[in-house]
Amino acid sequence: MNSFSDPEARPLSHAQPPPRFEGRGVACVRGERVVFTGLSFALGAGDALVLLGPNGSGKSSLLRVMAGLLSPAAGGLLRDGREVRDDPESHGAAARYVGHLDAVKPVLSVAENLTFWAILHGVDGAAAEAAVAGALERFGLSRLASVPGKLLSAGQKRRVNLARLLLSPSDLWLLDEPTTALDKASIRTVEAILAEHRARGGMVVVSTHADIALGGFATLQMDEYAP
Amino acid sequence: MMGSFLDIVRRDLRLALRQGADSLMVLAFFVVGVVLFPFGVGPELAVLERISAGVLWVMALLAALLSLDRLFQNDYEDGSLDLLALAPVPLPIIVLGKVAAHWLTTGLPLIAIAPLLAVLLNMNGDGFVMLVTAMALGTPTLSLIGAVGAALVLGARRGGVLLSLLVLPLYVPALVFGVSAVDAAVMGFETRAQIMVLGALLLASAALCPWAASAALRQAIE
Repeated sequence: MNSFSDPEARPLSHAQPPPRFEGRGVACVRGERVVFTGLSFALGAGDALVLLGPNGSGKSSLLRVMAGLLSPAAGGLLRDGREVRDDPESHGAAARYVGHLDAVKPVLSVAENLTFWAILHGVDGAAAEAAVAGALERFGLSRLASVPGKLLSAGQKRRVNLARLLLSPSDLWLLDEPTTALDKASIRTVEAILAEHRARGGMVVVSTHADIALGGFATLQMDEYAP
Repeated sequence: MMGSFLDIVRRDLRLALRQGADSLMVLAFFVVGVVLFPFGVGPELAVLERISAGVLWVMALLAALLSLDRLFQNDYEDGSLDLLALAPVPLPIIVLGKVAAHWLTTGLPLIAIAPLLAVLLNMNGDGFVMLVTAMALGTPTLSLIGAVGAALVLGARRGGVLLSLLVLPLYVPALVFGVSAVDAAVMGFETRAQIMVLGALLLASAALCPWAASAALRQAIE
Protein backbone atom coordinates (compact mmCIF):
# COMPACT_ATOMS: atom_id res chain seq x y z
CA MET A 1 0.00 0.00 0.00
CA ASN A 2 2.58 2.51 1.13
CA SER A 3 5.50 1.03 -0.72
CA PHE A 4 7.74 4.15 -0.46
CA SER A 5 8.33 3.77 3.26
CA ASP A 6 8.44 -0.01 3.25
CA PRO A 7 11.95 -1.07 4.31
CA GLU A 8 11.49 -4.45 2.60
CA ALA A 9 11.20 -2.70 -0.76
CA ARG A 10 14.82 -1.51 -0.74
CA PRO A 11 17.08 -3.17 -3.29
CA LEU A 12 19.31 -5.83 -1.77
CA SER A 13 22.61 -4.14 -2.67
CA HIS A 14 21.92 -1.29 -0.23
CA ALA A 15 21.45 -3.63 2.68
CA GLN A 16 24.77 -5.40 2.07
CA PRO A 17 27.58 -2.98 1.18
CA PRO A 18 30.39 -4.62 -0.80
CA PRO A 19 33.57 -5.46 1.19
CA ARG A 20 36.31 -2.84 1.09
CA PHE A 21 39.20 -5.26 1.49
CA GLU A 22 39.00 -8.86 0.44
CA GLY A 23 41.21 -11.89 0.00
CA ARG A 24 40.27 -14.76 -2.28
CA GLY A 25 41.95 -18.14 -2.04
CA VAL A 26 45.22 -16.65 -0.76
CA ALA A 27 48.14 -19.05 -0.37
CA CYS A 28 51.54 -18.33 1.10
CA VAL A 29 54.78 -20.25 0.61
CA ARG A 30 57.83 -19.58 2.80
CA GLY A 31 60.99 -21.29 1.68
CA GLU A 32 59.73 -24.63 0.36
CA ARG A 33 56.88 -24.88 2.88
CA VAL A 34 53.25 -24.02 2.22
CA VAL A 35 52.17 -22.01 5.27
CA PHE A 36 48.49 -21.63 4.41
CA THR A 37 46.36 -22.10 1.34
CA GLY A 38 42.85 -21.33 0.15
CA LEU A 39 42.39 -18.57 2.71
CA SER A 40 39.60 -16.09 2.06
CA PHE A 41 38.40 -13.14 4.08
CA ALA A 42 36.34 -9.99 3.60
CA LEU A 43 36.35 -6.75 5.55
CA GLY A 44 33.81 -3.97 5.31
CA ALA A 45 34.03 -0.45 6.74
CA GLY A 46 34.42 -0.57 10.51
CA ASP A 47 35.17 -4.30 10.62
CA ALA A 48 37.84 -5.99 12.71
CA LEU A 49 39.43 -9.35 11.97
CA VAL A 50 41.43 -11.22 14.60
CA LEU A 51 43.92 -13.84 13.43
CA LEU A 52 44.19 -16.79 15.78
CA GLY A 53 46.44 -19.80 15.65
CA PRO A 54 49.54 -21.39 17.14
CA ASN A 55 53.09 -20.17 16.43
CA GLY A 56 54.10 -20.73 12.84
CA SER A 57 50.54 -20.93 11.56
CA GLY A 58 51.17 -17.93 9.33
CA LYS A 59 49.59 -15.00 11.18
CA SER A 60 52.57 -12.73 10.53
CA SER A 61 52.90 -13.99 6.96
CA LEU A 62 49.25 -13.24 6.26
CA LEU A 63 49.64 -9.70 7.63
CA ARG A 64 52.71 -9.18 5.42
CA VAL A 65 50.74 -10.49 2.44
CA MET A 66 47.92 -8.07 3.30
CA ALA A 67 50.39 -5.20 3.56
CA GLY A 68 51.92 -6.04 0.20
CA LEU A 69 55.36 -6.92 1.58
CA LEU A 70 54.93 -10.56 0.55
CA SER A 71 53.29 -11.58 -2.67
CA PRO A 72 50.77 -14.40 -2.35
CA ALA A 73 51.73 -17.68 -4.04
CA ALA A 74 48.14 -18.07 -5.24
CA GLY A 75 44.91 -16.13 -5.03
CA GLY A 76 44.62 -12.39 -4.84
CA LEU A 77 43.71 -9.39 -2.70
CA LEU A 78 41.04 -6.94 -3.72
CA ARG A 79 40.79 -3.37 -2.52
CA ASP A 80 37.39 -1.81 -3.23
CA GLY A 81 36.94 -4.46 -5.89
CA ARG A 82 40.26 -3.77 -7.63
CA GLU A 83 43.25 -6.11 -7.63
CA VAL A 84 45.91 -4.89 -5.19
CA ARG A 85 48.75 -6.21 -7.36
CA ASP A 86 47.70 -3.87 -10.17
CA ASP A 87 48.29 -0.81 -8.00
CA PRO A 88 50.41 -1.76 -4.96
CA GLU A 89 51.48 1.84 -4.27
CA SER A 90 48.02 3.26 -3.57
CA HIS A 91 47.29 0.19 -1.43
CA GLY A 92 50.51 0.83 0.51
CA ALA A 93 49.56 4.49 0.95
CA ALA A 94 46.19 3.62 2.46
CA ALA A 95 47.37 0.75 4.71
CA ARG A 96 49.50 0.91 7.85
CA TYR A 97 51.52 -2.06 8.97
CA VAL A 98 52.86 -2.49 12.51
CA GLY A 99 55.25 -5.42 12.66
CA HIS A 100 57.38 -7.14 15.27
CA LEU A 101 60.21 -4.69 14.73
CA ASP A 102 59.64 -1.19 15.99
CA ALA A 103 61.74 0.72 13.43
CA VAL A 104 62.83 3.27 16.04
CA LYS A 105 66.20 4.80 15.20
CA PRO A 106 68.45 4.79 18.29
CA VAL A 107 70.14 8.11 17.49
CA LEU A 108 67.00 10.07 16.63
CA SER A 109 64.67 11.48 19.26
CA VAL A 110 61.16 10.10 19.55
CA ALA A 111 59.72 13.21 17.88
CA GLU A 112 62.31 13.09 15.07
CA ASN A 113 61.55 9.42 14.46
CA LEU A 114 57.86 10.12 14.05
CA THR A 115 58.24 13.38 12.12
CA PHE A 116 60.20 11.60 9.39
CA TRP A 117 57.39 9.11 8.81
CA ALA A 118 54.74 11.82 8.89
CA ILE A 119 56.57 13.80 6.21
CA LEU A 120 57.19 10.70 4.11
CA HIS A 121 53.45 10.05 4.17
CA GLY A 122 52.85 13.50 2.76
CA VAL A 123 52.03 15.48 5.92
CA ASP A 124 53.77 18.86 5.63
CA GLY A 125 55.87 20.91 8.07
CA ALA A 126 53.56 22.46 10.68
CA ALA A 127 50.87 19.82 10.16
CA ALA A 128 53.48 17.11 10.72
CA GLU A 129 54.55 18.74 13.99
CA ALA A 130 50.94 18.91 15.17
CA ALA A 131 50.29 15.31 14.11
CA VAL A 132 53.39 14.09 15.96
CA ALA A 133 52.48 16.06 19.09
CA GLY A 134 48.95 14.65 18.99
CA ALA A 135 50.13 11.06 18.51
CA LEU A 136 52.68 11.36 21.33
CA GLU A 137 50.06 12.85 23.65
CA ARG A 138 47.67 10.01 22.87
CA PHE A 139 50.20 7.35 23.79
CA GLY A 140 51.47 9.22 26.85
CA LEU A 141 54.86 9.84 25.24
CA SER A 142 54.88 13.66 25.27
CA ARG A 143 57.41 13.71 28.10
CA LEU A 144 59.77 11.55 26.02
CA ALA A 145 59.54 13.59 22.80
CA SER A 146 63.19 14.67 22.90
CA VAL A 147 64.61 11.42 24.29
CA PRO A 148 66.76 9.45 21.82
CA GLY A 149 65.39 6.09 20.72
CA LYS A 150 68.22 4.10 22.29
CA LEU A 151 67.08 5.07 25.80
CA LEU A 152 63.53 3.77 25.37
CA SER A 153 62.25 0.59 26.98
CA ALA A 154 60.66 -2.15 24.87
CA GLY A 155 57.15 -0.97 25.78
CA GLN A 156 57.97 2.65 24.98
CA LYS A 157 59.41 1.67 21.58
CA ARG A 158 56.26 -0.30 20.87
CA ARG A 159 54.18 2.78 21.73
CA VAL A 160 56.27 4.91 19.37
CA ASN A 161 55.69 2.30 16.66
CA LEU A 162 51.93 2.37 17.31
CA ALA A 163 51.88 6.18 17.45
CA ARG A 164 52.84 6.06 13.76
CA LEU A 165 49.28 4.90 13.04
CA LEU A 166 47.89 8.26 14.09
CA LEU A 167 50.21 10.44 12.00
CA SER A 168 48.23 10.39 8.79
CA PRO A 169 44.80 9.07 7.91
CA SER A 170 44.53 5.55 6.56
CA ASP A 171 41.64 3.13 6.49
CA LEU A 172 43.34 -0.24 6.93
CA TRP A 173 45.49 -1.08 9.95
CA LEU A 174 47.45 -4.32 9.98
CA LEU A 175 48.77 -5.01 13.46
CA ASP A 176 51.09 -7.90 14.26
CA GLU A 177 50.90 -8.60 18.01
CA PRO A 178 50.38 -4.91 18.81
CA THR A 179 50.17 -5.40 22.57
CA THR A 180 53.55 -7.13 23.01
CA ALA A 181 55.52 -5.47 25.82
CA LEU A 182 52.68 -3.05 26.62
CA ASP A 183 51.37 -2.51 30.15
CA LYS A 184 47.65 -2.67 31.00
CA ALA A 185 47.08 1.08 30.70
CA SER A 186 48.68 1.18 27.24
CA ILE A 187 46.59 -1.79 26.10
CA ARG A 188 43.47 0.19 27.14
CA THR A 189 44.76 3.11 25.03
CA VAL A 190 45.26 0.83 22.02
CA GLU A 191 41.74 -0.55 22.47
CA ALA A 192 40.28 2.97 22.60
CA ILE A 193 42.22 4.03 19.50
CA LEU A 194 41.10 0.93 17.59
CA ALA A 195 37.47 1.62 18.56
CA GLU A 196 37.75 5.23 17.30
CA HIS A 197 39.39 4.06 14.09
CA ARG A 198 36.53 1.62 13.46
CA ALA A 199 33.91 4.22 14.32
CA ARG A 200 35.40 6.36 11.53
CA GLY A 201 34.89 3.44 9.14
CA GLY A 202 38.45 2.12 9.37
CA MET A 203 39.32 -1.57 9.17
CA VAL A 204 41.62 -3.48 11.50
CA VAL A 205 43.36 -6.84 11.18
CA VAL A 206 45.07 -7.95 14.39
CA SER A 207 47.08 -11.02 15.27
CA THR A 208 47.29 -11.54 18.98
CA HIS A 209 47.92 -13.99 21.78
CA ALA A 210 46.95 -11.63 24.56
CA ASP A 211 43.43 -10.52 25.32
CA ILE A 212 42.46 -7.36 23.60
CA ALA A 213 38.91 -6.10 23.84
CA LEU A 214 37.69 -5.18 20.38
CA GLY A 215 33.91 -5.43 20.63
CA GLY A 216 32.33 -7.23 17.71
CA PHE A 217 34.95 -8.82 15.55
CA ALA A 218 35.38 -11.73 13.17
CA THR A 219 38.06 -14.34 13.76
CA LEU A 220 40.18 -16.32 11.37
CA GLN A 221 41.52 -19.64 12.65
CA MET A 222 44.79 -19.96 10.75
CA ASP A 223 45.24 -23.71 11.36
CA GLU A 224 42.09 -24.39 9.33
CA TYR A 225 43.98 -23.26 6.25
CA ALA A 226 47.10 -25.33 6.79
CA PRO A 227 47.82 -27.56 3.78
CA MET B 1 58.68 13.05 -5.41
CA MET B 2 61.66 15.42 -5.28
CA GLY B 3 60.49 16.36 -1.78
CA SER B 4 60.50 12.74 -0.64
CA PHE B 5 63.97 12.27 -2.14
CA LEU B 6 65.26 15.21 -0.09
CA ASP B 7 63.48 13.93 3.05
CA ILE B 8 65.33 10.63 2.72
CA VAL B 9 68.66 12.40 2.12
CA ARG B 10 68.10 14.63 5.14
CA ARG B 11 67.17 11.71 7.39
CA ASP B 12 70.15 9.58 6.35
CA LEU B 13 72.54 12.53 6.67
CA ARG B 14 71.23 13.18 10.16
CA LEU B 15 71.64 9.51 11.06
CA ALA B 16 75.18 9.48 9.65
CA LEU B 17 76.19 12.68 11.45
CA ARG B 18 74.83 11.47 14.79
CA GLN B 19 76.87 8.30 14.27
CA GLY B 20 79.80 10.38 13.03
CA ALA B 21 82.39 7.74 13.81
CA ASP B 22 81.33 5.61 10.83
CA SER B 23 82.13 8.26 8.23
CA LEU B 24 85.34 9.24 9.99
CA MET B 25 86.49 5.64 10.03
CA VAL B 26 86.07 5.32 6.27
CA LEU B 27 88.15 8.46 5.81
CA ALA B 28 90.78 7.19 8.25
CA PHE B 29 90.93 3.86 6.40
CA PHE B 30 91.54 5.72 3.14
CA VAL B 31 94.36 7.81 4.65
CA VAL B 32 96.04 4.92 6.47
CA GLY B 33 95.79 2.67 3.43
CA VAL B 34 97.40 5.23 1.14
CA VAL B 35 100.12 5.97 3.69
CA LEU B 36 101.07 2.27 3.77
CA PHE B 37 102.21 2.31 0.14
CA PRO B 38 105.37 4.42 0.58
CA PHE B 39 106.38 1.95 3.31
CA GLY B 40 105.66 -0.99 1.06
CA VAL B 41 107.23 0.11 -2.23
CA GLY B 42 109.97 2.26 -0.73
CA PRO B 43 110.46 6.01 -0.75
CA GLU B 44 111.69 6.42 -4.34
CA LEU B 45 109.83 9.46 -5.58
CA ALA B 46 109.73 8.35 -9.22
CA VAL B 47 108.05 5.04 -8.31
CA LEU B 48 105.53 6.73 -6.02
CA GLU B 49 104.70 9.29 -8.68
CA ARG B 50 104.13 6.55 -11.22
CA ILE B 51 101.67 4.61 -9.01
CA SER B 52 100.01 7.56 -7.25
CA ALA B 53 96.81 7.71 -9.34
CA GLY B 54 96.31 3.95 -9.14
CA VAL B 55 96.88 3.82 -5.39
CA LEU B 56 94.44 6.65 -4.72
CA TRP B 57 91.74 5.12 -6.88
CA VAL B 58 92.11 1.60 -5.52
CA MET B 59 92.03 2.87 -1.95
CA ALA B 60 88.98 5.07 -2.68
CA LEU B 61 87.29 2.00 -4.10
CA LEU B 62 88.05 -0.11 -1.04
CA ALA B 63 87.00 2.68 1.32
CA ALA B 64 83.68 3.03 -0.49
CA LEU B 65 83.23 -0.74 -0.28
CA LEU B 66 83.92 -0.71 3.45
CA SER B 67 81.05 1.67 4.10
CA LEU B 68 78.49 -0.08 1.90
CA ASP B 69 77.29 -2.69 4.37
CA ARG B 70 75.57 -0.10 6.54
CA LEU B 71 73.68 1.42 3.60
CA PHE B 72 70.60 -0.79 4.08
CA GLN B 73 71.65 -3.09 6.93
CA ASN B 74 70.40 -0.95 9.83
CA ASP B 75 67.07 -0.24 8.19
CA TYR B 76 66.72 -3.93 7.39
CA GLU B 77 67.45 -5.03 10.95
CA ASP B 78 65.20 -2.57 12.76
CA GLY B 79 62.19 -2.93 10.45
CA SER B 80 62.44 0.53 8.87
CA LEU B 81 62.96 -1.06 5.46
CA ASP B 82 59.50 -2.67 5.60
CA LEU B 83 57.94 0.70 6.30
CA LEU B 84 60.02 2.44 3.62
CA ALA B 85 58.90 -0.18 1.10
CA LEU B 86 55.26 0.50 2.07
CA ALA B 87 55.57 4.30 2.00
CA PRO B 88 53.69 6.08 -0.78
CA VAL B 89 57.02 6.89 -2.48
CA PRO B 90 58.53 4.73 -5.25
CA LEU B 91 61.26 2.53 -3.76
CA PRO B 92 63.85 3.54 -6.42
CA ILE B 93 63.50 7.17 -5.26
CA ILE B 94 64.13 6.07 -1.67
CA VAL B 95 67.18 4.07 -2.81
CA LEU B 96 68.46 7.08 -4.74
CA GLY B 97 68.05 9.26 -1.64
CA LYS B 98 69.95 6.79 0.51
CA VAL B 99 72.72 6.51 -2.09
CA ALA B 100 72.99 10.30 -2.29
CA ALA B 101 73.35 10.52 1.49
CA HIS B 102 75.92 7.70 1.42
CA TRP B 103 77.98 9.53 -1.19
CA LEU B 104 77.79 12.83 0.71
CA THR B 105 79.12 11.17 3.86
CA THR B 106 81.78 8.94 2.27
CA GLY B 107 82.55 9.88 -1.36
CA LEU B 108 82.70 13.62 -0.80
CA PRO B 109 85.18 13.50 2.13
CA LEU B 110 87.38 11.14 0.07
CA ILE B 111 87.45 13.63 -2.80
CA ALA B 112 88.29 16.46 -0.41
CA ILE B 113 91.28 14.67 1.09
CA ALA B 114 92.57 12.98 -2.10
CA PRO B 115 94.72 15.95 -3.31
CA LEU B 116 96.45 16.06 0.08
CA LEU B 117 97.37 12.39 -0.21
CA ALA B 118 98.41 12.98 -3.82
CA VAL B 119 101.06 15.37 -2.51
CA LEU B 120 102.25 12.62 -0.18
CA LEU B 121 102.63 10.28 -3.16
CA ASN B 122 104.51 12.95 -5.12
CA MET B 123 101.88 13.23 -7.83
CA ASN B 124 102.61 15.88 -10.42
CA GLY B 125 100.59 19.05 -9.67
CA ASP B 126 99.09 18.95 -13.18
CA GLY B 127 97.07 15.89 -12.17
CA PHE B 128 95.31 17.41 -9.13
CA VAL B 129 92.39 19.05 -10.92
CA MET B 130 91.82 15.95 -13.00
CA LEU B 131 92.05 13.73 -9.91
CA VAL B 132 89.28 15.69 -8.20
CA THR B 133 87.17 15.85 -11.38
CA ALA B 134 87.52 12.14 -12.11
CA MET B 135 86.73 11.22 -8.52
CA ALA B 136 83.73 13.55 -8.48
CA LEU B 137 82.35 11.62 -11.46
CA GLY B 138 83.57 8.21 -10.33
CA THR B 139 82.70 7.98 -6.62
CA PRO B 140 78.92 8.45 -7.10
CA THR B 141 79.12 5.55 -9.57
CA LEU B 142 80.81 3.48 -6.86
CA SER B 143 77.99 4.30 -4.40
CA LEU B 144 75.29 3.47 -6.96
CA ILE B 145 76.77 0.13 -8.02
CA GLY B 146 77.54 -0.66 -4.40
CA ALA B 147 73.88 -0.10 -3.46
CA VAL B 148 72.85 -2.98 -5.73
CA GLY B 149 75.41 -5.25 -4.08
CA ALA B 150 74.43 -4.10 -0.58
CA ALA B 151 70.77 -4.80 -1.33
CA LEU B 152 71.56 -8.24 -2.77
CA VAL B 153 73.51 -9.45 0.27
CA LEU B 154 70.92 -8.26 2.83
CA GLY B 155 70.12 -11.08 5.21
CA ALA B 156 73.08 -13.21 4.08
CA ARG B 157 75.58 -14.31 6.69
CA ARG B 158 79.14 -13.09 6.08
CA GLY B 159 77.57 -10.55 3.75
CA GLY B 160 80.67 -8.34 3.76
CA VAL B 161 82.89 -10.84 1.93
CA LEU B 162 80.14 -11.70 -0.53
CA LEU B 163 79.58 -8.00 -1.11
CA SER B 164 83.19 -7.41 -2.15
CA LEU B 165 83.11 -10.39 -4.51
CA LEU B 166 79.95 -9.04 -6.12
CA VAL B 167 80.85 -5.41 -6.32
CA LEU B 168 84.62 -5.18 -6.94
CA PRO B 169 84.49 -6.64 -10.49
CA LEU B 170 81.82 -4.08 -11.35
CA TYR B 171 84.09 -1.29 -10.13
CA VAL B 172 86.76 -2.11 -12.73
CA PRO B 173 85.52 0.22 -15.53
CA ALA B 174 85.37 3.22 -13.16
CA LEU B 175 88.85 2.33 -11.88
CA VAL B 176 90.39 1.95 -15.36
CA PHE B 177 89.07 5.22 -16.74
CA GLY B 178 89.56 7.11 -13.48
CA VAL B 179 93.25 6.20 -13.31
CA SER B 180 93.71 6.71 -17.02
CA ALA B 181 92.23 10.24 -16.82
CA VAL B 182 94.66 11.27 -14.08
CA ASP B 183 97.68 9.66 -15.80
CA ALA B 184 96.81 11.36 -19.08
CA ALA B 185 96.52 14.74 -17.33
CA VAL B 186 99.89 14.26 -15.62
CA MET B 187 101.54 13.43 -18.95
CA GLY B 188 99.84 16.34 -20.67
CA PHE B 189 97.54 14.32 -22.94
CA GLU B 190 93.92 14.93 -23.86
CA THR B 191 91.53 13.67 -21.11
CA ARG B 192 88.19 14.38 -22.74
CA ALA B 193 87.48 10.75 -23.67
CA GLN B 194 88.09 9.40 -20.16
CA ILE B 195 85.89 12.08 -18.59
CA MET B 196 83.13 11.33 -21.09
CA VAL B 197 83.30 7.62 -20.27
CA LEU B 198 83.22 8.32 -16.51
CA GLY B 199 80.21 10.59 -17.06
CA ALA B 200 78.50 7.90 -19.13
CA LEU B 201 79.15 5.30 -16.41
CA LEU B 202 77.62 7.65 -13.84
CA LEU B 203 74.52 8.33 -15.95
CA ALA B 204 74.02 4.67 -16.77
CA SER B 205 74.36 3.57 -13.16
CA ALA B 206 72.10 6.41 -11.95
CA ALA B 207 69.45 5.21 -14.40
CA LEU B 208 69.74 1.47 -13.71
CA CYS B 209 71.07 0.89 -10.20
CA PRO B 210 68.16 2.34 -8.15
CA TRP B 211 65.75 -0.01 -9.94
CA ALA B 212 68.00 -3.03 -9.58
CA ALA B 213 68.62 -2.23 -5.90
CA SER B 214 64.93 -1.78 -5.13
CA ALA B 215 64.11 -5.11 -6.80
CA ALA B 216 66.78 -6.72 -4.60
CA LEU B 217 65.35 -4.98 -1.51
CA ARG B 218 61.86 -6.32 -2.26
CA GLN B 219 63.38 -9.80 -2.41
CA ALA B 220 65.18 -9.24 0.87
CA ILE B 221 62.08 -8.18 2.84
CA GLU B 222 59.93 -11.06 1.52
